[in-house]
Amino acid sequence: MTPERRAPAQAPLIGPGHTLGTVTDRIAAVVLTAPTPRAWWVGFAVGFALLLVLLDAVAYLLLRGVGIWGVNIPVGWGFAIINFVWWIGIGHAGTLISAILLLLRQAWRQSINRFAEAMTLFAVACAGLYPVLHLGRPWLAYWLFPYPNTMGLWPNFRSPLIWDVFAVSTYATVSVLFWFVGLIPDLATLRDRSPSRIGRAVYGILAMGWRGSVRHWERYETASLLLAGLATPLVVSVHTVVSLDFAISIVPGWHTTIFPPYFVAGAIYGGFAMVLTLAIPLRRIYGLEDFVTMRHLDYMGRVLLATGLIVAYGYTMEAFVAWYSGSPFEAHMMLDRFGGRYAPLYWSLLLCNVVIPQALWFQRTRASVPALFAIAMSINVGMWLERFIIVVTSLHEDFLPSAWGMYYPTVWDWATFFGTIGLFTTLFLLFIRFLPMISIFEMRTLLPEAEVKEELA
Amino acid sequence: MPQIFHRSTNTLSRLSIFGALFALAALLWGIAAVNRSAYMTGQGVARVQPVQFSHKHHAGQLGIDCRYCHTQVETAAYAGIPPTQTCMNCHAQIWADSAFLAPVRASFRTDRSLVWQKVHVLPDYVYFNHGIHVQKGVGCVTCHGRVDRMNQVYRAASLQMEWCLACHRRPERYLRPRERVFDLAWRPRGDQAALGRRLVKAYGVRTRTDCSACHR
Amino acid sequence: MTSAAAPIDLTALRARLAGRGGRALWRSLDELAESPAFLELLHEELPQHAAALARSVDRRQFLKLMAASLGLAGLAACARPPEDKIVPYVKQPEELVLGEPLFYATAVPLGGFAVGVLAESHEGRPTKLEGNPTHPASLGAIDPPTQATLLGLYDPERSQTITSAGKIQTWSGFLAAVRAALDAQRPRGGAGLHVLTETVTSPTLHAQLRALLAEFPQATWHQWEPAGRDAARAGALRAFGAPVETRYDLARADVVLALDADLFATGPSRLRYAREIAGRRRPGPGMSRLYAVESMPTTTGAVADHRLALAAADVEGFTRTVAAELGLAVAAAPAVAVAPHHAWVRALVDDLRAHRGACAVVPGEHQPPAVHALAHAINDALGNGGRTVIHTDAVEAAPTDQAASLRALVAAMRAGAVEVLLILGGNPVYAAPADLDFAGALGKVALRVHLSLHQDETSELCHWHLNAAHVLEAWSDARAHDGTVTILQPLIAPLYGGRSAHEVLAALTGPERPGHDVVREHWQGVHSGGGDFEAFWRRALNDGVVPDTALAPRTVALRPGWDVPTPAAPAAGLELVFRPDPYLIDGRFANNGWLQELPRPITKLTWDNAALLAPATAERLGVANGDVVEVAVGGRSAHAPVWVVPGHALDSVTVHLGYGRRRGGALATGVGFDAYALRTADAPSIARGAALRPTGRRHAFACTQDHQSMEGRALVRAATLAEWRAHPDFAHAFEETPPRDRTLYPPHAYEGYAWGMAIDLGACIGCNACALACQAENNVAVVGKEEVARGHEMHWLRVDRYFAGDLDAPAILHQPVPCMQCENAPCEVVCPVNATNHDGEGLNVMVYNRCVGTRYCSNNCPYKVRRFNFYLYSDWTTETLKMARNPDVTVRSRGVMEKCTYCVQRINRARIHAEEAGRRIADGELVTACQQACPTEAIVFGDVNDPTSRVARLKADPRNYALLGELNTRPRTTYLAAVRNPNPALAAEQRS
Repeated sequence: MTPERRAPAQAPLIGPGHTLGTVTDRIAAVVLTAPTPRAWWVGFAVGFALLLVLLDAVAYLLLRGVGIWGVNIPVGWGFAIINFVWWIGIGHAGTLISAILLLLRQAWRQSINRFAEAMTLFAVACAGLYPVLHLGRPWLAYWLFPYPNTMGLWPNFRSPLIWDVFAVSTYATVSVLFWFVGLIPDLATLRDRSPSRIGRAVYGILAMGWRGSVRHWERYETASLLLAGLATPLVVSVHTVVSLDFAISIVPGWHTTIFPPYFVAGAIYGGFAMVLTLAIPLRRIYGLEDFVTMRHLDYMGRVLLATGLIVAYGYTMEAFVAWYSGSPFEAHMMLDRFGGRYAPLYWSLLLCNVVIPQALWFQRTRASVPALFAIAMSINVGMWLERFIIVVTSLHEDFLPSAWGMYYPTVWDWATFFGTIGLFTTLFLLFIRFLPMISIFEMRTLLPEAEVKEELA
Repeated sequence: MPQIFHRSTNTLSRLSIFGALFALAALLWGIAAVNRSAYMTGQGVARVQPVQFSHKHHAGQLGIDCRYCHTQVETAAYAGIPPTQTCMNCHAQIWADSAFLAPVRASFRTDRSLVWQKVHVLPDYVYFNHGIHVQKGVGCVTCHGRVDRMNQVYRAASLQMEWCLACHRRPERYLRPRERVFDLAWRPRGDQAALGRRLVKAYGVRTRTDCSACHR
Repeated sequence: MTSAAAPIDLTALRARLAGRGGRALWRSLDELAESPAFLELLHEELPQHAAALARSVDRRQFLKLMAASLGLAGLAACARPPEDKIVPYVKQPEELVLGEPLFYATAVPLGGFAVGVLAESHEGRPTKLEGNPTHPASLGAIDPPTQATLLGLYDPERSQTITSAGKIQTWSGFLAAVRAALDAQRPRGGAGLHVLTETVTSPTLHAQLRALLAEFPQATWHQWEPAGRDAARAGALRAFGAPVETRYDLARADVVLALDADLFATGPSRLRYAREIAGRRRPGPGMSRLYAVESMPTTTGAVADHRLALAAADVEGFTRTVAAELGLAVAAAPAVAVAPHHAWVRALVDDLRAHRGACAVVPGEHQPPAVHALAHAINDALGNGGRTVIHTDAVEAAPTDQAASLRALVAAMRAGAVEVLLILGGNPVYAAPADLDFAGALGKVALRVHLSLHQDETSELCHWHLNAAHVLEAWSDARAHDGTVTILQPLIAPLYGGRSAHEVLAALTGPERPGHDVVREHWQGVHSGGGDFEAFWRRALNDGVVPDTALAPRTVALRPGWDVPTPAAPAAGLELVFRPDPYLIDGRFANNGWLQELPRPITKLTWDNAALLAPATAERLGVANGDVVEVAVGGRSAHAPVWVVPGHALDSVTVHLGYGRRRGGALATGVGFDAYALRTADAPSIARGAALRPTGRRHAFACTQDHQSMEGRALVRAATLAEWRAHPDFAHAFEETPPRDRTLYPPHAYEGYAWGMAIDLGACIGCNACALACQAENNVAVVGKEEVARGHEMHWLRVDRYFAGDLDAPAILHQPVPCMQCENAPCEVVCPVNATNHDGEGLNVMVYNRCVGTRYCSNNCPYKVRRFNFYLYSDWTTETLKMARNPDVTVRSRGVMEKCTYCVQRINRARIHAEEAGRRIADGELVTACQQACPTEAIVFGDVNDPTSRVARLKADPRNYALLGELNTRPRTTYLAAVRNPNPALAAEQRS
């Protein structure tokens, strides 16, 4: 059989005819020698423009107050929290891929973990903005940290928002460490290959004197294993805590025990969708089809399918419990989602997150790059809608009908949302321009030469 | 391949890793220190007043009772800054033509108030009531210090919330008999703690650390 | 405590303000203490009002906000103490204790009739008006418009100078001009001199006017009030041949029939009626029964046991039918509209018969004279005279048919017979009937003088505009509904040197005299009878009532020929009903932010009036809420947005007066539409043959209640008297309250005080007096229409209104919802910075300066009673508005959550006073602002730990229930389920 006709699942994780040298050249070249493709410049221009929009929106926000957004009483949380949860969710895939798949010895992760981790960092960065910006008095955000102050006060440790502060900051820290440690060997490679003196100096400092000695490698392995061990529980904990922001409350539609697993699954779902969204154009633009192969895409498709089903289960249970609880408030919340003023959004959420992804059952879909891209996009949208439904519809018609109201986003809500997308794009493009987007040395280990022959040992 | 960095950079990099930790710690400590410094609290900083009124002279050397000027301190929320009238009670005769007192006489003549610099300033969202504190046996000196030794009045305490709470949490450490409230020189004979506990019972003092005690 | 006031001069005022040592009132006192003149400061600072806080930011506002932001930074933990000044008195007044408010008794007249108030004064600044318990028209309660006159005092847009032809002029200049004109009049006995006032009950003013007329025998005095009481006066004339005043003792009435009478919102005895009716609404043997027949649902109809929606024009027919049923000889009832309700009428009549001498038929102020006459006849036939219906001589100083009086004036003006016109108060150019063309006629007058609070439509067309002194700035006197006189004393020297009508009149004909002397000398004259005048004067000022000035009841006899049916108008088309706005009245309060933003009782609309009509009518005309229609009647037309009101009479359109002002302040102008444009002298309250034509345009309303039904949730619980007798604990049917220990947190034992509140839904009439009292007491900001529309309103206490049952004849239920002060408060758990938590007495306290604004507490509040400062709503720049604030309550900044805290400032004051005196706070000694204002005593607050306290006893009542109790929030505020007393004979109509 010729390679072409083999099912992606059996295809090798790296294109044929590669040697240690070619791998290194191809990946390093993107950063060091090859000319920056026009697509990069276009993307960067758009991203940076949106970033400026963000600055504008934030400046006006600080000047006037959160009243410029659509939030009100009863809907006290709007786009800010929706986007926060959305970004945090996206930030999940990276650590999952790097940490959990590393522990599970999933070799295929090695060609995608680098930029997946980068994606995580930048997504968390975007997410981190919102909880601060959505405060009525952002300049006092530091009051959420327990520090010895002249007021003799501590924060309220019963509040899930405090747990959030710890969960998210820990997650961010560990992700940065993990990502950086993983980078060190490649930074050394770049240091050694960089044509310019500055390049050598900068990469040199970052490489922290890596010489690739056996001792270095031995320590490196231990470190990354330890960090993986540290990061694994965080993957679960972060979104669990985020889900508690809602589950701890008494609001119908928030107050439910299924939220933690449901949120984590949703996060992985959304995260992998975003990895696909990024991987597909990248491999195309930089001609990395040999490294991010159809088999990778196929695997990610399967992950999407699996997590998608968990999420779908979550939706079902929400509806079931609303009926089973016998609580009129829960029941009304659900009926409102089905037929209320926000119903169209709810049904499009189901379409994007549940119906469309079912196409992934078919081998042919998973083998078609455009199809995968389309599905990934639909999931990105779907996950955002999910958070909108959770945040807004639960609040806008709760206990006292006299207090019911509607939430309409303002232009500033949108500006802030697209602004953070701009921030993300900008950071990500800078990353692929200046750092190897695929782990060079880990790719090397995938090569036939790298296989250790037992009998020699 | 040529070395980019000198050997010494190894040591530097190691140092920088640990140094960062200490730098951060130092910064945080610094902020905490500055927040409690006189610069921030105005503690011990005398203000220049339109009239060089000396509490040391009036309260200390002449031994005028606090309440001669701060008439309402026992019943009102505000101790009350004496009206010009009060100054003139004496200074219509004594030092009647002293240059020092020119602004006072001017105020009395023109019926325009003297404008003093506030020394003990609380934020607008803090509601303090002198009357009840006096009733519960909190001495003037406890918050205002030895005013009878100040030429120009300055803030004796930081007036920060933690300072208020110190007493609101453990009042027995600071209380004194009601009749000694205005006696700036008074010191507890024997054990303050025991006396304090007795007074807490006697005056029905409750440790009010509810936010609503001071903030509305 | 109340005591006689001394007028306060501004320099002293400045000093007193300073005594506060800041508080939220003055960011820093420098600008005030050093400013050369306070007045200039006021001039130069243009009115900056929250309402003007539009979306766009201009440069000024940018700077303002930056300044404010710096102010906010001051709230942060690490900030240097603010620089501040102390400005003590030069000579401190005797009675003043710094930080302790003083209360002065005075009164606020509305349409001439006084409501007695106690004005709270902080270091010389009146900050709040409260009811005067000793005043017969107040009984300690107060209604929204009366309370809001306080804000009127500080309105930055009040007229601040005398102007002539738009130029600032001097008082002496004015005197010279007018005295000259008057001298020219003298030889002709003042034939060309006309004076136009509003309704006058003030004995002093009346004496002055008489003196003027004595000096100018040919001069004419006209009285006119846009929302006057001509119909009642005319009705009395028809029935008794004299303009007697009729008032009702509803406390003694077992059956009350309101004929399109808005008992609790209009009329001189509105507060008294509310108290009397509510007194008979407590379930039990003494419970009275209230029937209401009305076109537009009012608070009266909402509490009525039986409400019949009837076009205003059909009420006369209805009344005739009732009269006929009672066997009176009256003209036949033409209205077929009554026929379908025959069972209703029969039952009503039987009920009335069964309670001869103990029932009352109350005609609406806006019903035609015939209805008033009929009501008099019916009451007479039922022998209610002297029992539940009390007649006295007219309270007005000079009862006149005001419509005729105004007509005469306009005629004279048009004939050129008016050479000097003094308009003392009022705004006829805006409010006069459209067909008279007052403005046009006014142009023919040689010298036109207008005394008013604002530069309004009338001032614009007058040669001289005099800035009037506010009622809280001037000496005067006024009578209550029963004739009782109150001496009005000023709380503060005129902020802008305004003058009262007394001072103006005095100065025109004689030497200038301060209002104090004018009033005092008048009373010296009256009092000359005997006894020590000084004592009498002091006592009158102190009590707020002049003893034995109430008019004695008199007996009256129906005179023959009293029954003159109102000529039948063309019945074709719709009927158009003009009503004074519940809060803006005739438009005099249009520039008052508090009143503009207070949700209207039934519609819950703010900052707007509308063409109010029934659902069925709207359906027939194919219009919906917000559709702008052209209302055409008698060849006149106006554009008005439609608002559909369940329970409104069919084929009837109600419009409220007082909106669509063209001049008189930024808040007043351009808000709503001017219904006066449709109002003619012949049809002042009911116009027939109106037509509505959709224009296709839409109007955005700012309504504070998005959803009108209870969705089958047991929020407002009510039962009939019979049901209550059968199961006194009906309120707890199917209710499951979780056990107290169902919480993760350790139970908290409340020793000492445990504050709680009970709200009697049977007594609540939904008048919003509580909401406004709360706003005044707690410095709640006004946010403006756009913000209300976006769900950003700030009222701490809202009165929910639900419709239940039939859309055309719904039950209307009211429920005041303040913070419930939950013992297991959902908001407290989720606040990350402990800005809201529990205190030892069970209060759910809110620490504004600690709040960072996550809004999680509000999300988690099942009652949605928390309010958030989405923008910088509190006005930190306008000096006069700062003066209106309560210094004991923090003025909130931007980005901070706020809410009801049971008036914790009052609790603290009471506790401190009690502890200084070494006693406990007595029950009733401590009242919340809402409780204090409530006309029906529906709100009771106190210590639930004290079993003898009123609140504890009410909470023991089986009617007592917790709102959303099933959530285990353990609210300290609970409700007493309403009990109605429907007529068993009308079982079908029973509600709930």
